Amino acid sequence: MSDPKIQIQFNGKAMEVPAGSTIADLLQVAQMRSQLVAVEQNLEIIPRELHAQTTVGTGDVIEAVTLVGGG
Amino acid sequence: MNEHQPPPAPGVYNSAVTEPTTSAPAWTPVADEPLRVGEFTLASRLILGTGKYDTLELMRDSLAASGANAVTVAVRRERMYDRVGQNILDYIDPATYLLLPNTAGCYNATDAVRVAKLGREILRALENPGANWVKLEVLGDSKTLLPDPVATIEACSTLVAEGFQVLCYTSDDPIVARRLKDAGATSVMPAGSPIGSGQGILNPNNLQIILEYLKEGDPTYPVIIDAGVGTASDVAVAFELGADGVLLNSAVAHARDPVRMSLAMQHAAIAGRQAYLSGRIPKRLYATASSPEEGMITTRPW
Repeated sequence: MSDPKIQIQFNGKAMEVPAGSTIADLLQVAQMRSQLVAVEQNLEIIPRELHAQTTVGTGDVIEAVTLVGGG
Repeated sequence: MNEHQPPPAPGVYNSAVTEPTTSAPAWTPVADEPLRVGEFTLASRLILGTGKYDTLELMRDSLAASGANAVTVAVRRERMYDRVGQNILDYIDPATYLLLPNTAGCYNATDAVRVAKLGREILRALENPGANWVKLEVLGDSKTLLPDPVATIEACSTLVAEGFQVLCYTSDDPIVARRLKDAGATSVMPAGSPIGSGQGILNPNNLQIILEYLKEGDPTYPVIIDAGVGTASDVAVAFELGADGVLLNSAVAHARDPVRMSLAMQHAAIAGRQAYLSGRIPKRLYATASSPEEGMITTRPW
C-alpha cells in the first residue's frame, strides 16, 4: 500500500506529496540545491538547519527562494 | 628637455611610447578613503547590480571590470526540476563580493520585510557577511518605479528593529531622506532619476540638499546615489556633488559593451570623487585669463 498523500502548495503550484514529507524531501524532489535556497512555510522562515526535521502538513504554503540578478 | 636633443616625433608625447628624457616630477597619488556603510568598509565606491545582463558570463566580467566590492541581488522563487539550471552564485563568488540583497518588486512594507528576511536567510547559509544588510525598495507605482515614501519609512523602521542594516532606496525628496535617516537607515540612497531610465541626475539641487541635511553634524553618514545612471558622466556628477557612493545596474548591463562601460564607470567614480575632494572652481560668467598680463610685448587693440 502506498503512503497516504497530502495536498500542499509549493512555489505557487498545487502539489501532492507523501504525508510526513519534510522540507528537505521537497527540495530534493524539486531538484533544488538546498544550500542556495531559503524556505518559508506558511510565511514563517524555516532555518536551513531544520529542513530535515520539519514536516509539511495538508494545505501548507511553501515558498523556496534563491538569489537572482537584480539591481 | 635638453636643448641639444632632437624633439620627439610629432604626436608622440606619451611616456609609455617614448622614454622620457627627464625624470617626471615627484608626485604621489592621493589616496581616497574607503566607503564606510554601517559595519562594512568598501574600497570601491561603486555598488553594481547583477540584473539584466545577456549572459551570466557578461555579468561576471562586468562586475570584475567595475572594481566593485559589493553587488546587489534579488530574491525570487527557485525553479523546480531544473538540476542543470545555473544559479547566479555559480558566477559570483560570495567570498569575493559582499552581497546586498534587495527587496525589488515589493509594493508594501509587509512584503518588503518578508523578502528582506528571506534574503538574510539565504546569505546566512552562504556565510556571506552581507546577511544583515538589505537594500530596501518599496515601490509605489509600476510605471515610474518611484518609491512609496510612507511604506518605505515603515519598512525601514521594522527592519532596523529586526537588526538589519538598511540601505534605503528613496526619491530625491530631502524631507523623506531625513525621515529615513531618523528611522535608523544605515544609508539613504536617493535616486538620480527613475530606475533604469538612464536619465542621470535630474535634480542635483535636491541631492545637494539631501547631502547637506543628512551630513549635518554627521559628515561620515553615507549617502549613495541609486538608480538613473545612464553613462559614466552621470557617475562623475554624483560624486562631484558629494555622494559617498553610486549604485547602478542598467547603464552597464544594457550598454552595447557592458564590460567596457563597467570600466568607464570605475574611472568615472574615481574622477568624480577626486574632483569633489579637490574643490572645483566657481562658475563665472566672464573669462579669467590663465596667462599673466604683466610683461606682454603686444598691445590691446582698444
